[in-house]
Amino acid sequence: MASLGFANPTRFHRLSARLTPPVGWAAAAFLLVGFGWGFILSPPDYQQHDSVRIMYLHVPSAWMAMFVYVFIALMSAMYLIWRHALADILARAAAPVGATFTALALITGSLWGKPMWGAWWVWDARLTSVLVLLFLYLGHIALSNAFDDRERGARTAAILALVGIVNIPIIKFSVDWWATLHQPSSVLRLDGPTIHATMLVPLLLSAVGFTLYFFFVLLLRARSEIIERKIHARRLRQSEG
Amino acid sequence: MRRAFIALLARDLRLAIRQGADTALTLGFFLLVATLFSFGVAPDERQAAALAPGVLWVTALLALLLSMDRLFQADAEDGALEQLMLGNLPPIGIVAAKCLAHWLATAMPLLFFSPVLALLLQLPADRLPWLILALLLGTPTLVLVGAVGAALVLGARRGGLLLSLLILPLYIPVLIFGVAAVADDNRAPLLFLGAMLLAALALAPLAAAAALRQAME
Repeated sequence: MASLGFANPTRFHRLSARLTPPVGWAAAAFLLVGFGWGFILSPPDYQQHDSVRIMYLHVPSAWMAMFVYVFIALMSAMYLIWRHALADILARAAAPVGATFTALALITGSLWGKPMWGAWWVWDARLTSVLVLLFLYLGHIALSNAFDDRERGARTAAILALVGIVNIPIIKFSVDWWATLHQPSSVLRLDGPTIHATMLVPLLLSAVGFTLYFFFVLLLRARSEIIERKIHARRLRQSEG
Repeated sequence: MRRAFIALLARDLRLAIRQGADTALTLGFFLLVATLFSFGVAPDERQAAALAPGVLWVTALLALLLSMDRLFQADAEDGALEQLMLGNLPPIGIVAAKCLAHWLATAMPLLFFSPVLALLLQLPADRLPWLILALLLGTPTLVLVGAVGAALVLGARRGGLLLSLLILPLYIPVLIFGVAAVADDNRAPLLFLGAMLLAALALAPLAAAAALRQAME
């Protein structure tokens, strides 16, 4: 396990101090180019006109919603198996970010759905399974804070994260398994993307930007969590004299 | 091991029969909520028939949800659960036995009363067998998934409230296919309910057992 060296929170703290600024700047650069290209320079769709531009926000958010959940599940498995303190810190730090991405995907989708489908919301398989994902995130956050013993909350929330992983393939394949109003995937396909390069490139750029942004926020949140724990430990020592 | 399983099952069933109040409360809740629905949303007969599958499923689901947080709570409070975990029945067996007992003691009575409610709610008589079949396939899944939630929230602050936040979203698929099975003349939703039951049977006891172990540490 090469990553075992970084499982030490102190070493992670030092490494992340160096890593955070470049990741943040790279995220800003990718998002600026991706959004600028997508919102202003890329062509409007022949049917959807300018409404298509919400895609550059909606699709990366939805990808990140799933990516972050898988990340949390991975961290949870590592935490349950090896009891790495860092895995718990990262899972806790990622959950609110993932919940925000999920909410963003649902909100932007609904804003796009009103002019395109004529409805803010339909109960199709894709939308319902993403809503379930949002509730899984909220449940994870609530559960990890519901115990007086912090570790107990971490382990319990980790089990919930692993249980909820069944939802991820359902989200991904819901558009293939059921006749949904939501369109099937047009980027990750076996026969190559069916979306024109003038739209695909800015979409991928903003997706990279979203991913970098996630890691930027993750590092910030994990660092502040570690600092909080240090303060807590120091206070405990002081009060014990 | 089989004897331990049967002993635990018999104990839980005996407890359920002698403390009949829990089951009776759940049933009463089921009947009352369904009655409220028939007054509240469907005074018109034709409308009532269209709404009946959904109302029946939602009330059955809520009634089961209300009973779920007692699944491990009482035993955890008086220390019986700790003793069970020390015994020779593995945690998965404990979960399976308690789920089976809970289903027999709580969901079965709901099943018996559902035809009465279906009549009150004007569900067409030819849909009745479909309702029973759908409940028969769907309610065990609800109990199994609920057991995972009940094991997770053991000892949590505001556990009951948290339990509903955790497991109601996971109940959505059962609700969707359960209602579809009653509403349409189509066997596919029933097959989906069966598939979900098999998946829950295989996975839920594992997850619940892991959560129980964490709770006892």
